[in-house]
Amino acid sequence: MSGASPDEFFRAARAGARGLWRRVVRRLTVLFVTLEHTWRRSLQVRVVTLTLVVSSLLVAVFAYVVAYRSSTILLNRAEETVDNQVESGSRYTYEQLQVFGKPFEPSVQSTMQDIVFYLGGGNSQDPGAGLVVLTADGSVDLNSVQSRSVSIGEVLTSDIRNAVGAGQKASAIRSADLGAGRIKYLVKGTPVRTKFGQVQLYYVEPLTAQDSAASQIRTTVLATGGTLVLLLGLLAALVTRLVVRPVRVAARTAQRLSAGLLDQRMVVSGEDDLALLAASFNQMAANLQRQIVRLEDMSRLQRRFTSDVSHELRTPLTTVRMAADLIFAERERFPADVSRTAEILQNELDRFESLLTDLLEISRYDAGFAMLDAEPTDLVPLVRRAVDPLRGLADRAGVRLDLDLPANPVIVEVDPRRVERILRNLVGNAVEHGEGKPVEVRLVSDGAAAAVTVRDHGVGLKPGEEKLVFNRFWRADPSRARQTGGTGLGLSISLEDARLHGGWLEAWGAPGQGAQFRLTLPVRSGDRLTSSPLRLVPDDAEPVALSGPPATAPAVAPPATPAEVGR
Amino acid sequence: MRARVLVVDDDPALAEMLGIVLRSEGFLPSFVADGERALSAFRENRPDIVLLDLMLPGMSGIDVARAIRSESGVPIVMLTAKSDTVDVVLGLESGADDYVVKPFKPKELVARMRARLRRGEDAAPEMLTIGPPGNQITIDVPAHTVTRDGDEVKLTPLEFDLLVALARKPRQVFTREVLLEQVWGYRHAADTRLVNVHVQRLRAKIEPDPERPEIILTVRGVGYKAGTG
Repeated sequence: MSGASPDEFFRAARAGARGLWRRVVRRLTVLFVTLEHTWRRSLQVRVVTLTLVVSSLLVAVFAYVVAYRSSTILLNRAEETVDNQVESGSRYTYEQLQVFGKPFEPSVQSTMQDIVFYLGGGNSQDPGAGLVVLTADGSVDLNSVQSRSVSIGEVLTSDIRNAVGAGQKASAIRSADLGAGRIKYLVKGTPVRTKFGQVQLYYVEPLTAQDSAASQIRTTVLATGGTLVLLLGLLAALVTRLVVRPVRVAARTAQRLSAGLLDQRMVVSGEDDLALLAASFNQMAANLQRQIVRLEDMSRLQRRFTSDVSHELRTPLTTVRMAADLIFAERERFPADVSRTAEILQNELDRFESLLTDLLEISRYDAGFAMLDAEPTDLVPLVRRAVDPLRGLADRAGVRLDLDLPANPVIVEVDPRRVERILRNLVGNAVEHGEGKPVEVRLVSDGAAAAVTVRDHGVGLKPGEEKLVFNRFWRADPSRARQTGGTGLGLSISLEDARLHGGWLEAWGAPGQGAQFRLTLPVRSGDRLTSSPLRLVPDDAEPVALSGPPATAPAVAPPATPAEVGR
Repeated sequence: MRARVLVVDDDPALAEMLGIVLRSEGFLPSFVADGERALSAFRENRPDIVLLDLMLPGMSGIDVARAIRSESGVPIVMLTAKSDTVDVVLGLESGADDYVVKPFKPKELVARMRARLRRGEDAAPEMLTIGPPGNQITIDVPAHTVTRDGDEVKLTPLEFDLLVALARKPRQVFTREVLLEQVWGYRHAADTRLVNVHVQRLRAKIEPDPERPEIILTVRGVGYKAGTG
């Protein structure tokens, strides 16, 4: 915008920078996550990476040692050579200048020129050659002479001059441009005593040859090392591939096996460890297959048996039932005793029938043949359907049934017959043990799970009974008279029904405070439950029981707790 | 008029007891004890309704149901000791209209039979048309015929009742429970698989592509409704 103030401009710039930064961070995060994933997933990547890292470190150390040692050796050689030159040069200079007693004698300067000319190997103007410098101490009235006229301030630094001036030999390596580009020079200086005072002789030798030799060695070592690292990486990749491939094949085969393709096997080749792996794997698979097939056969037989027994028992029971019904309908025409007998026969047939039904149902669960026939179902009418047939029973027991249901449909993927059966069991139980006090049924859904609680205000449960209620044929108080004649299997079947849905069925109870059962079901069939939208322990429950430890069950943990009798 | 009942059951005691009960309820029962002879007995007696045991010597109840269904739409009520999903659904898919699980109460059985026999009282002329344009079917209610593109579609009385129930109130969504009450006569909710299976059978007959139904639509989580333009 044209009218934007600098302030706005900076703000926009800052925002832009922040956006860019965020994008970069996101990219990096994605990259990192991908790499991390690959690292975790692939053994081969890990082995190759580790090999590369370790061998690189080793090669680096090795290369450093070789390069350092070789350049030290080269330098020592060069120093020895120059030292010899300095030695003989200094002797020669001493002999040449021995004849002069005073520095201002006329031919001193020219003799110095001659010495430098001689020691410098002639009037060389080769820019790559060494340099000889002969200079008198500053106090003496003589000019410094050098074999080639170049600026030598960079090589003959004051610290060397001072050291030589003080009568000591000096040695240093200086980098300078003496006509052959910037290269390294070895500088050696030595004082030479004469009768007219002290002069200084310097040798400046280029280290070109040594330098190039050292760099050649470095290059060679680095190239060899790099190649070695790459080869090692390749080798690691090949070796791990050799090992990992059969492992991967084994993993794939195992997956197929667990998916039910029981005749999957690995190819056995050779006699090595991997072949042993494949052979053992195949043996295991064969044993598993045999076991599974055997169990399947047994299971099929069991189902057949259950089904046949069911049919064989039910047909005569139907006949008896019809006969009893006929007699029951005519009971008024019989004497009192026979009439009463007809009633007892009728009632006990009902019990026999529900017991048979429950036994067959539980045997189906035991045989592992219970199947979930889930379909999207509205739980609101389903709860009503489960409760309505029990209103007659509730009226007779003087129990009020309070339903607290949401106004909107609660669509959940369930097997409606099983859920209705669970609720019928829970409500029937609550009515039976409600001691004439109201029974409350609540339904709540939170989108991921739906929960139904059934609360009664009867005698409640003693501590420790929470776990027993779901046991087969368990009764809270064996001496108490039964009202509805439940089979004692109702809650066991309900628990199995809930588990088949991937749901929870839990109970809470405390003496004198009644009991509450909670059924929690995942909204989508197959989802895992993490929490329930309703609490297991009712809000009005007193936190501590009258005596002994509280009988509350953990609120979240699956099948826990208290309540009472089967059905 | 007394309704004729053909009882196909291999258990003599149960058959005799059924006879006593059915006669006392005003039916005219006849009996056959094995599956092989069931079809010839059916042709001979021309019953108004068939009671069929699923487990029979000779020919299984499911095969008998299929054979009867191939030549007649007469109501079939299965007597079954198996309430397992597979058996019941297999029976319904092979053509049975309803089922009663042993041991049943005689009153329950008679109520189921009456529900299958009660029909055809409303003879008022009524023509219904449903389905999207270009894919419509016409229902002549008093004549009990369904036509699509002028060709008659053979439906069993139950399938016909189911179709009429949906077609009379197009756009209204019927829950399975409501259909069970209106078509099967259940006052308390029963097995909703009855509805599912018969809707599939009906679709197989009237939909051009039963995999993508256009005449009877599923309303997920609720039930079914008739498709309209």
